[in-house]
Amino acid sequence: MITGVVGGILLAGLTLYAALGGADFGGGLWDLLAGGDQRGRAPRQLIDDTITPVWEANHVWLIFILVIFWTAFPPAFAAVMTAAALPLWLAAFGIVLRGAGFAFRKEVETVQWQRLSGAAFAFSSLIVPFFLGTVIGAIASGRVPASPAHADLAVWTGPTSLLIGALFVAVCGYLAATFLTREASRRSDDRLRRYFALRAAVAGAVSGLLSLATLVEIHSSNPALFHGLTHRALPLVIVSAACGLAVIASLATGRSQALRPLSVLGVAAVVWGWGVAQYPALLPGTGLTLTTGAAPHSILVTVVVVFVAAAVLVGPSFLLLFSLHGRQLLEGESHAEKG
Amino acid sequence: MHATQVLAVVIGQQVVPARAQMATTLGFHIILACFGIAFPTVVLVAEFRGLSRSDEVAMLLARRWSQVLGVLVAVGAVTGTVLSFEMGLLWPGLMRTYGAVLGVPFGFEGIFFFLEAIFTGIYLYGWQRLPGWMHFYTGIPIAVTGLGGAVAVMAANSWMNQPGGFTLSHGKVVSVDPWQVFFNKATVYETPHMILAAYMVVGFLVAAVYAAGILRGHRDRYHRLGFGIPFTIAAILTPIQIFVGDTAARAIAAQQPVKFAAIEYVTRTGRDVPEYLGGFYVNGKVYFGLKIPYADSLLVGFKPSTKVTGLNSVAPAGRPPAITLIHLSFDAMIGLAFLLLLAGLWALWIWWRRRALPRQQWFWWLAVACGPAALVAMECGWIVTEVGRQPWVVYQLMTTAQAATANGGVIGSLTAVIVLYAVLGVATVVILRMLARRWRRGPDAGPEAGVPYGPPAQHRAPTGRDPA
Repeated sequence: MITGVVGGILLAGLTLYAALGGADFGGGLWDLLAGGDQRGRAPRQLIDDTITPVWEANHVWLIFILVIFWTAFPPAFAAVMTAAALPLWLAAFGIVLRGAGFAFRKEVETVQWQRLSGAAFAFSSLIVPFFLGTVIGAIASGRVPASPAHADLAVWTGPTSLLIGALFVAVCGYLAATFLTREASRRSDDRLRRYFALRAAVAGAVSGLLSLATLVEIHSSNPALFHGLTHRALPLVIVSAACGLAVIASLATGRSQALRPLSVLGVAAVVWGWGVAQYPALLPGTGLTLTTGAAPHSILVTVVVVFVAAAVLVGPSFLLLFSLHGRQLLEGESHAEKG
Repeated sequence: MHATQVLAVVIGQQVVPARAQMATTLGFHIILACFGIAFPTVVLVAEFRGLSRSDEVAMLLARRWSQVLGVLVAVGAVTGTVLSFEMGLLWPGLMRTYGAVLGVPFGFEGIFFFLEAIFTGIYLYGWQRLPGWMHFYTGIPIAVTGLGGAVAVMAANSWMNQPGGFTLSHGKVVSVDPWQVFFNKATVYETPHMILAAYMVVGFLVAAVYAAGILRGHRDRYHRLGFGIPFTIAAILTPIQIFVGDTAARAIAAQQPVKFAAIEYVTRTGRDVPEYLGGFYVNGKVYFGLKIPYADSLLVGFKPSTKVTGLNSVAPAGRPPAITLIHLSFDAMIGLAFLLLLAGLWALWIWWRRRALPRQQWFWWLAVACGPAALVAMECGWIVTEVGRQPWVVYQLMTTAQAATANGGVIGSLTAVIVLYAVLGVATVVILRMLARRWRRGPDAGPEAGVPYGPPAQHRAPTGRDPA
């Protein structure tokens, strides 16, 4: 029972990281693709405005997930960190480059240095979700052994892993573009609204296709998970597909009010669909389940207490941050200097 | 040797590069962590002064410092993340067995880190549009959660020194008392020691920047205040730190006698143990050290007959490596602490006599040196506690070799980390210097207005006329 609750907490952390952190990564992706200094100025400006005060707080969800994972399910954590060490190292280095590049870009003066640090930020925004995705793919396709002695390329380079890596990148881009469309329309900037609406639609279509491809691939790589996704978790799969279609429809009609909640709900449904379909396996293909792989009971209670405390303290603080940000109280002067 | 120990040695081939990598990343991150813990308080003191006395110079300092804080917090957030990854990537053996236990303090740290990041976002970017006092209050949670985060992380580290609060059965943790894990025997002295160190590092380093300006002849109020606020905080805490450190050393003599023996070059258990200042330790002998008879026994138990445990109390395999490094780091830490104390006492003496900052040129050179001195002392302290705990990762329960990953290629990640962090360190320093240069150019170059992003200046800000 309590192991299921803790598993749910882990999924909740994943959902929030995917929705909030994912959008920040996607911002980096669009920054990368925004073109030259002149052409890319306006979209980069909007991306920067929306990410600046919130990215560090959003980033903490990743640390939260890591800590909950190792605390509640230590053997599975050790197994993943050993077997999929390489993509995790690359993701960690990418995170360093990304945060530093983003922070430095604001402070350096010359255009060349802004370009260099901006490139570090944007390029690593691409590789971090990709490598994290391959690790999730390694788990979902049942390639992580229960007690691996060594890292193994085969663990995370299977087709499921690569597809989920690509899917993560596409979903980040999709979330970011829908958020940015909404933001541009709130600022009555019609040009940028159309700019990001187009990208949101493309990224949404690519995400949908990649999801389908992943589903087909899981049919062969992990039939049990496929069965879960098409039976127990089917309602969630349908919800996510419906949300995706609704987002594309509202992008086409130019309505932007419901974009954010719909796109977040769609992504959340995918995360929870995976969790529900895989339940109670922790590392599919091994004997490790939520129950057999769990830490002692008192630790699980502590995890729940920490989560409740976090919800009580962190939740309202996040709401304060987002509402101040939404009311544009956390914005600086015009960023006209940006080359 | 026991079969599992042989196995541990065989699979522990990665332990040396893994330790080197942990030391590099932790040694780097701890500097930024100090700023995360202590700098918000320093900024808030300046802002408080600025708001309550309408002191525009203090306000200007607070705003500029908060811009520096923004850069350092961002770098600290990502280098801290690397450490979370490394817990699993470098030490899967540790996490497999003790992950659940270590998760207790880290779980609480997560909450503090969340709140810190959220309010940092509000504080750093709220300068322009949040009204004065409301902006100040959004900074208070940053200072408080910085302390809370430090308490939680130090609880984890001190647990590794004095593990407790759990029961093992067949090598598996079967029950945990979170309370006892968090408040283990070492946390009472390790935690205040580190928090005070963080305040001293930040205080002396920030003060050193303005001391350098004063040495160059900028004796205006901007530089005096920029020196005075952080230096006062750090100097007041220095004697308290020396007291806490002395207490900690005695507690280590009791709780981790082998670490203490390495610190003090105690070869054989006995009474009337001398203290060595400096010196090298080779094959059980001390070379070139200044020997003070009975002093070690006196420091441990206040009388010469106090028995002190020596390195010979455990087999060579149970002793830490690099005993000279441990001892010299300890001596350097203490020596530098007294240098910092001297600087504070001199400033206090002059203030008491003349209600002014010292005029002596040597004092300002000393004040500049105090910045790096505090930093080096803090790093030396970490060398003492971490290298001194070896060969254990969890004291007397798990060796570092057992904890280390068996994955090859740690040399690769170590190399990548060294290159990446060297670039990161240089870039951070260059960018802070760039900011300072921009500020010095004055209002004509549009100091804050020229910043493409970051905490802006116009509203409540003074005109930005820089006295420099």
